[in-house]
Amino acid sequence: MLDLLWIVPALPFLGFLILALFGARMPGKAAAAVGVASAGLSALITILIGISFISSPPQGRVYIQTLWEWFNVAGMNPSIALRLDPVSLTFIFVITFVGFLIHLYSVEYMEGEEGYSRFFAYMNLFVGSMLMLVLGDNLILLYLGWEGVGLCSYLLIGFWYKDPENGYAARKAFIVTRVGDTAMAIGLFILFTELGTLNIGKILEQAPLNWAVGSSLPVLTAALLLGGAVGKSAQLPLQTWLPDAMAGPTPVSALIHAATMVTAGVYLIARMHVIFTLAPVILTIVGVVGALTLLIAGFSALTQSDIKRVLAYSTISQIGYMFLALGVGAWSAGIFHFMIHAFFKALLFLGSGVIILALHHEQNMFKMGGVKNMLPVTFWTFIIGSASLVALPLITGGFYSKDLILFYAFSGERANHWLYAAGLLGAFITALYTTRMVVITFFGEAKTHLHRKPTWIMEVPLIVLAVLSTFGGFIELPDTLGHLTLFSGFIQTILPANSAEGAGISTELILQIVAAVTVILGIFIAYLFYYKNPEKVASFRWSSFGNTLHNYWKKGWGFDWLYDKLIVTPVVWIAEVNKSDFIDLIYTFIAWINRVFNRAFSFTQSGRVRWYAMGIALGAIITLTIAVFL
Amino acid sequence: MAIVFYIAAIVAVISTVMVITRLNAVHALLYMVVSLLSVAVIFFILGAAFVAALEVIVYAGAIMVLFVFVVMMLNLGPASAEAESRWLSASGWIGPGILSAVLIVELVYILFTNARQDITAQGVDPRQVGIALYGPYILGVELAAMLLMAGIVGAYHLGRYRNVMLHRYLHKELP
Amino acid sequence: MNTVPMESGLILAGILFILGFIGVLVRRNMVFILLSLEVMLNASGLAFIAAGSRWVQPDGQVMFIFILAMAAAEVSVGLALILQIFRDFKTLDADAADNMRG
Repeated sequence: MLDLLWIVPALPFLGFLILALFGARMPGKAAAAVGVASAGLSALITILIGISFISSPPQGRVYIQTLWEWFNVAGMNPSIALRLDPVSLTFIFVITFVGFLIHLYSVEYMEGEEGYSRFFAYMNLFVGSMLMLVLGDNLILLYLGWEGVGLCSYLLIGFWYKDPENGYAARKAFIVTRVGDTAMAIGLFILFTELGTLNIGKILEQAPLNWAVGSSLPVLTAALLLGGAVGKSAQLPLQTWLPDAMAGPTPVSALIHAATMVTAGVYLIARMHVIFTLAPVILTIVGVVGALTLLIAGFSALTQSDIKRVLAYSTISQIGYMFLALGVGAWSAGIFHFMIHAFFKALLFLGSGVIILALHHEQNMFKMGGVKNMLPVTFWTFIIGSASLVALPLITGGFYSKDLILFYAFSGERANHWLYAAGLLGAFITALYTTRMVVITFFGEAKTHLHRKPTWIMEVPLIVLAVLSTFGGFIELPDTLGHLTLFSGFIQTILPANSAEGAGISTELILQIVAAVTVILGIFIAYLFYYKNPEKVASFRWSSFGNTLHNYWKKGWGFDWLYDKLIVTPVVWIAEVNKSDFIDLIYTFIAWINRVFNRAFSFTQSGRVRWYAMGIALGAIITLTIAVFL
Repeated sequence: MAIVFYIAAIVAVISTVMVITRLNAVHALLYMVVSLLSVAVIFFILGAAFVAALEVIVYAGAIMVLFVFVVMMLNLGPASAEAESRWLSASGWIGPGILSAVLIVELVYILFTNARQDITAQGVDPRQVGIALYGPYILGVELAAMLLMAGIVGAYHLGRYRNVMLHRYLHKELP
Repeated sequence: MNTVPMESGLILAGILFILGFIGVLVRRNMVFILLSLEVMLNASGLAFIAAGSRWVQPDGQVMFIFILAMAAAEVSVGLALILQIFRDFKTLDADAADNMRG
């Protein structure tokens, strides 16, 4: 069963090829069928492979399937090889399964849009690239997938290319992630130069042998890899592209900018955990970046009025949690949170997509309202998703994953109480903005009327994801609630475990109660303000202090403005100054000299016979003079 | 003998000067004939009686007559004489004059840097010329014959008076 | 005094050549240009004769005959061309035919 692994990425690529070559000539239904079928079959095979892997795991919990040798140049010979271990299995399960649900959803969401088959082609290409990213056995394949998802992100954000704003958003995403990609590429160069290989297994073996803990090489490499991860995952300081990426269609936001692509950074750090543990200072920075980002994004989410932007900032914030988990060494907790987050964030995005479509492309929350009566299925699934997001105690998957992270942040091996405090505060803010979003959108009186209702094609994915975000958490129960460590046990065969010494059950219980109280407090306060007394909120928001704070947070804490002033303006100025292209002058100068001489010489071609005779006379004189006197 | 040479030389030079400075074409042609005749005399003095005769018969007799015919055909009347006087300005002589002066100085210098050579009055027979022509120079003779043939054909073709058939609205004044 | 120095002959040829050359450069009427060209040809023939007589050989005269033949052919074609140009441009101004300017 495991040797069917290569089919998993091959099917989406095949789907992409078919749609790219023939999509324009296929009827819409056929294109959708190809797109959904390739994702669905991939998901099915992934599930079968997963069952086979868990029931009879291969030796060392790693299965490598080498397809062929890619190239062999100067000692570098990567092969096209796929690596299956618990981490990559988790990722491909999420990618294919959530991807399949989103493809199904898009059949109805993108119906009637021009470029229907193009959409599915890009989505398939994306799924294929993401699968290559997580399945690649060497870093070059990972980089291939990395660039592939970047490309698809660009193509899909700018899907409605006729509006130039979408093009700018796509360009911004691509350029900002490019900064990270370059850092990562340099990191890969260093890895190859120093360790002589880019094979993941070999790197994980040889790095501790060749490099000492805390020496400059692993620190440099880890910092560069972190740069790449930060770009792709939209963390500080490269987080500015994700809110603008909401210009793409909602399924794109769900798949790429919630569930999968933005978690590529998390995957990279988890994969290269050996190098990061060799550079503890960078690992701490990972945690700090995560903590800062989650706070900044949380505050920004509190002020947005576009529902998709709230969810975008929420994504940035939750990935901050994953980075925080990795930073304190809770590797399996980070991966667990990734899985649960993928479920509920995709659910929230798809739900918001239903609402947007139902209210005739209205995205401003303040113009919605009263949706709970219009779209009941969407309402209940959205509530379940939001509950998971805020980590409502005991009954949601989010609670178990977020609680695990906070536990390790407080009492793990690399615990840091500042990071814990940031995580707790973040939980409070998450509760605030999520409740705000739910209240404003679903409750109150309807300001826009229902335009169309979704069919089963859009509702089934919502229901499935709601079930997953609730029951998905139950595979990892903390000690206080029956110590079920199915997931972390699964992951810890590959990634190091984080033992929480000196933290008994009582500490854990106290932490859980503290977290639960914080969350419920947040929900209650938001309910009080946004549902019961919206006027008090409005008066604070429009006061001068509130207004400044609101604008500052709404613009993402001024990062866009900062980058514009620091980087964009000088580059544009240099381009303006060089408009006449002074380097080209060297070549145009040669052309110009030729033209000058041509004009001078054409003056001597007057067309008059006597002038030419004069020329002959002059020539004769000069020749005679030279011959006789010299 | 030398005296005759120098007199004929002076006549030749003066008449050539007249040739290039006349306004009336026929006057210039007549002065040209005089120049050619004096050059023929010089040929005779140098002992080349055959080419002296040839100069008179062919050059002065045929080529100059050809010129006269063409000038007659062109029908250059008094109007052209006035045009000539407009075209022939004094300042136009300066440039060519300087160039030519430089050339003649160089020529004289070249000639006088070598030892003097003398020409005897022995002369060359027409018979010798004929034997040389049809002996070593036979190829040149044939080529010259072909050249003359080409000249005839070309002159006939180029000089034809073509009557172009034009639509009556496009009729132009024919010369 | 039967001898004439060869240099005198050559100098005479040179002077006549120069005069013809000046005529080509100065005159604007095409007929006159052609006439001056004939003067130049005649002068070069004189140079050949003088040289041939110096060495008492027929080669000079043979060359003169060739020059004569060439001058005849050239004059006939040249005059025919002048007639053509006169028909096209309605004038005998050599400077009027400057369509090849560039």
